[in-house]
Amino acid sequence: MQLSPGKIAPALRPPTLLNRMWKSRAAYAMLAPYFILFTLFTIAPVLMAMGVSLTYFDALNWPRFVGWANYLKLFLEDELFLKAFRNTMLLAMVTGPASYLLCLLFAWIINEFRGWIRALLTLVFYAPSICGQAYLIWNIILTGDRYGLLNGVLMRLSVISEPRLWMQTERFVMPMLIVVQLWLSLGTGFLAFVAGLQTIDGSLYEAAAIDGVKNRWQELWFVTLPAMRPQLMFGAVMQITQSFAIADVSLQLAGNPSVNYAGSTIVTHLLDYGGIRFEMGYASAIATTLFLLMIGSNKLVQRVLRRIGE
Amino acid sequence: MRSGKLNRSAAGNGLLFALMGVCGVFMALPLVMIVNNALKPLDEIFQYPPRVFVRYPTLENFADLFVLLSGSWTPFSRYILNTVIITGGGVLGHVALASLAAYPLSRMDFPGRKLLFSMVVLSLMFSWTVTQIPNYLIVSALRINNTYLALILPACAYGMGLYLMKQFMEQLPASLLESARLDGAGELRIYWSIIMPNVKPAWLTLAIFQFQSLWGNTGYLFLRDEQLKPLQYAMQQIAAGGAQRAGASAAVGMIIAAIPITFFLCAQSRILETMTTSGMKD
Repeated sequence: MQLSPGKIAPALRPPTLLNRMWKSRAAYAMLAPYFILFTLFTIAPVLMAMGVSLTYFDALNWPRFVGWANYLKLFLEDELFLKAFRNTMLLAMVTGPASYLLCLLFAWIINEFRGWIRALLTLVFYAPSICGQAYLIWNIILTGDRYGLLNGVLMRLSVISEPRLWMQTERFVMPMLIVVQLWLSLGTGFLAFVAGLQTIDGSLYEAAAIDGVKNRWQELWFVTLPAMRPQLMFGAVMQITQSFAIADVSLQLAGNPSVNYAGSTIVTHLLDYGGIRFEMGYASAIATTLFLLMIGSNKLVQRVLRRIGE
Repeated sequence: MRSGKLNRSAAGNGLLFALMGVCGVFMALPLVMIVNNALKPLDEIFQYPPRVFVRYPTLENFADLFVLLSGSWTPFSRYILNTVIITGGGVLGHVALASLAAYPLSRMDFPGRKLLFSMVVLSLMFSWTVTQIPNYLIVSALRINNTYLALILPACAYGMGLYLMKQFMEQLPASLLESARLDGAGELRIYWSIIMPNVKPAWLTLAIFQFQSLWGNTGYLFLRDEQLKPLQYAMQQIAAGGAQRAGASAAVGMIIAAIPITFFLCAQSRILETMTTSGMKD
């Protein structure tokens, strides 16, 4: 820390908060550009969404305060929201943990390889998550007529006798969305796991072997997982946030609206009210609900993960 | 295989590698289809029974796409320029601001440090959809609606980049800074001439991640003028053109996927180096 001579405070009095802040002015100056934008585009919007959710607001007239009315309507009257809510919970409960475990499993297996095989495997598993709209290829795989690849394969194997309308049949929509979402979901968390496994100190394994760890499964549980706990926490945040935000896949593959709303999620419901009907107060109530769901699940899972290896 | 790995049985290896093979094929198949579809002549795209692999590869889909784009009202080059400005501005701004803020957060002690960082961590826990409507209102209030800035400014302050950069700076050895501080160097000087040269892998990682998130952005919410819209938008319009444009849209699919993959491929080892420090320590 840089101290300017002659300005040292009297020895016994601790520096006041203002004093300390003045001394750190260089730090604040460096933080300012980022945090001004961060406040403007992240903090303020969250607070605004909470505020607007208590109003009726059509984006033209000044918002009118209505109290909890939007939330009451959301949870007591809006059956489509309840359906979207159930779908979102199902998607999150299945794809969240499943993709998390898959990230971990694949990263763990990839860690057995070296060199170009390792780089290639990492690329193959990670690539779908960065290709943007590339998941539209699933439209071709899941086409409902005989030209669809899945139909073609299943008919040749005589599993089905005539083509299935995969994305237009209510009971197929969710399972198919889950499959596509899992394909898409090995993202940043996966990379963190691959990287985390690389750095675990080899001597830990040797010590564990002497202590009686007999096979790779015990090694995974007693050595590897505790050693990469920070990455596990980071990966959990990535996978949870992503699993609650599913929308584009549903809109593009199941359509908007999907058949009997079988593929609707909280986010598609939000886009419906915010982007099409311009009921901003109601849409903000949906956004706030989603925000609380995401933060709540993240905090809960962090708590659980903190216990690994303790 | 790592030499001298302990506790590995042949049966376990066989089981895991077989699993890896099956899943690898599942993961790769759609990507393989994207490439093959882009190379298929039109009659093969609509062939029955459907085939994954192309029989007579051709580049005519790309030629079609080029004709379509050059025939559009707004010149093709304009869309490319827009994409370069938006992704370039968003990437440079983000790397600059995030690394400038990451230095005090990781290496200096000041009141409010924990609070600021915990807000950044909290921002990783929800998606941008939550803030979309207020974001639109704020962009309008700032009068930057329908300009490049409407996309660039919010992108500069994404949470992920600051988080990764801060974690990466934290693992730099303390001795690196101490000698400079003893010499009386100012904080800005330490940041520029000592910290920045040592976090090159993190720069590259932030740049690639930021590019990935901006590359898919069509700007539909903020950009009204055709003159300002990015390449992604133009290509999406073509892809939405239905059966008679199936060839060109297959070419679009491949271009959209190939560019981020190429960038990742070039930077893979630097990115993994950055991700080793990505862990959350409570």
